[in-house]
Amino acid sequence: MFGLTPDEGSAIALSLRVASVATLASLVPGLAIAWVLARKRFPGRALLDGLVHLPLILPPVVTGYLLLLAFGRRGTFGSMLAEFGIVLSFRWTGAALACAVMGFPLMVRAMRLSLEAVDRRVEQAAATLGASPFAVFLTVTLPLALPGVLAGTVLAFAKAMGEFGATITFVSNIPGETQTLPSAIYTLTQVPGGEAGALRLTLISVAISMGALLISELLARRLGRRLGQGHEQMARGGGGA
Amino acid sequence: MTITVDLALKRDAFHLDAAFTAPPGLTVLFGRSGSGKSTVIACMAGLVRPDRGRIALDDQILLDTVRNIDVPTHRRRIGTVFQEARLIPHLSVRQNLAYGRWFARGLRDTAGLEPGAVIDLLGIGHLLDRQVVGLSGGESQRVAIGRALLSRPRLLLMDEPLAALDAERKAEILPLIERLRDIAGLPIVYVSHAVSEVARLANTIVVLEGGRIAAAGPAEAILRRGDLGAFHAAQAGALLDMVVEADVPNAGLTRLSGRAGRLLVPRLSQAVGTTVRIHVPARDVLLSLDDPRGLSARNRLSGHVSALHDQAEGAVLVEVDCSGAVLSARLTRASVQELSLAPGTPIFAIIKSVAFDPHGVGAIEI
Repeated sequence: MFGLTPDEGSAIALSLRVASVATLASLVPGLAIAWVLARKRFPGRALLDGLVHLPLILPPVVTGYLLLLAFGRRGTFGSMLAEFGIVLSFRWTGAALACAVMGFPLMVRAMRLSLEAVDRRVEQAAATLGASPFAVFLTVTLPLALPGVLAGTVLAFAKAMGEFGATITFVSNIPGETQTLPSAIYTLTQVPGGEAGALRLTLISVAISMGALLISELLARRLGRRLGQGHEQMARGGGGA
Repeated sequence: MTITVDLALKRDAFHLDAAFTAPPGLTVLFGRSGSGKSTVIACMAGLVRPDRGRIALDDQILLDTVRNIDVPTHRRRIGTVFQEARLIPHLSVRQNLAYGRWFARGLRDTAGLEPGAVIDLLGIGHLLDRQVVGLSGGESQRVAIGRALLSRPRLLLMDEPLAALDAERKAEILPLIERLRDIAGLPIVYVSHAVSEVARLANTIVVLEGGRIAAAGPAEAILRRGDLGAFHAAQAGALLDMVVEADVPNAGLTRLSGRAGRLLVPRLSQAVGTTVRIHVPARDVLLSLDDPRGLSARNRLSGHVSALHDQAEGAVLVEVDCSGAVLSARLTRASVQELSLAPGTPIFAIIKSVAFDPHGVGAIEI
């Protein structure tokens, strides 16, 4: 298919795997931190907010190097994890970690904005009907915030598909193990005669990103048809408040 | 069930310091906006925590800041209907109604109303499969009431549930609340600033003014004495329970009879034999020492002066006992002196039949 070499094929498969694992693994912590930032006022909130956003403003190479220092074999967390047989540096799992960290601010930001937009008065009504705080979150908050949660997830996935700087710094560029799509394209542009392969991978990369965007747009529109009108209705109903 | 509430709370310039007990039946929290009514409701529902306070339903304590008890909202089992319906927008009407029911599924301590009965009572059977998005204000509010009723509440709070509705929708929902009060045996605390609503619904009235309790007691006594606060003194009036005796169709009137005697009022929709509660505003009652003849006014009741209350602006509220049913009349101090009214003076009370506000008349089911 597309006349891909085995290395190119494995780079695509690896990128999809790394991006999926990174996105899925970030989902629950991302939602939790977005909820905390949207709803709670506590000392250290600004610090947490800054920490989450740090990968967005740091040069990716710096983030990758910090990951290497922390999670490398001799790093604080790396040596701890190594005792349990978990090695991240120069492995595809490390690439997933790098992608997750880089995509995290985008995911949290989108989720937080949509959680902030949820009508607290409806949540209160649900509580008076006997729903515990967790039940309110599952049955009211999360469904109403779903378009933003979805948007955050797609953004994080797209970011993970394209992550290069932090990944190559942290886990290098080993074909079949840590050579993701961007790394493979970079490698092909560095060798004579690699242009055709680079172009093939570039087109595939564009197709995957567009596909993800289209699917999320489609889902968001279907959700929006139900929820968007719901928000309007609430605004009308709340006119007398 | 007796509800005990004692709350103190300070927010910026607003101080709430209110304590009252509500006997079984429907208790109206009455006051102008900003008097603290909604804050009291929010504290009772557990949505706002007061600085100091105690809330109990009979001997069951929901909040006691001294003993550090604060039952969270979802375990208080207090059904709450807000000004705006607050339906869950991504659920259908049926799912909204089932929402509270589901969380109360293990509870059997209150008899609770069956879904079929609630749906019939509120007339929402045809809406069940609709999304809440397209409902009108009146429909939404009826679903909100149904949803609260079906959560097996021990107490129902209603925070100006009719405030966002037009007169027609109000007229549609008021009778439903009357029926709830009479048939369900569910204690209700109802917030309002409309005298006509209070007159129709209340068994007990608690008047709030500037975060404090200005008056509290049986509805009949509070309304008759005009204890609704200075702003509403002019709206004092008697509440009389009367039975629909006959229709006088050619005159467009309905004849009622009660302890005070007979009254003719603008035609009512209630059937003959129904007990209705009517509100007779004190400003619409004239007093005469002699039996008046040749008057155009339709209603003449005889009795004796039982009490006099001075009010602001030179007005006096005169209570007239008509064989046990007490009317009140708002006169000027000058008239009271001219007629030399004192407790015991035999007197005739005259009420024009058009003085009755049909919105102030409600059926009572016994």
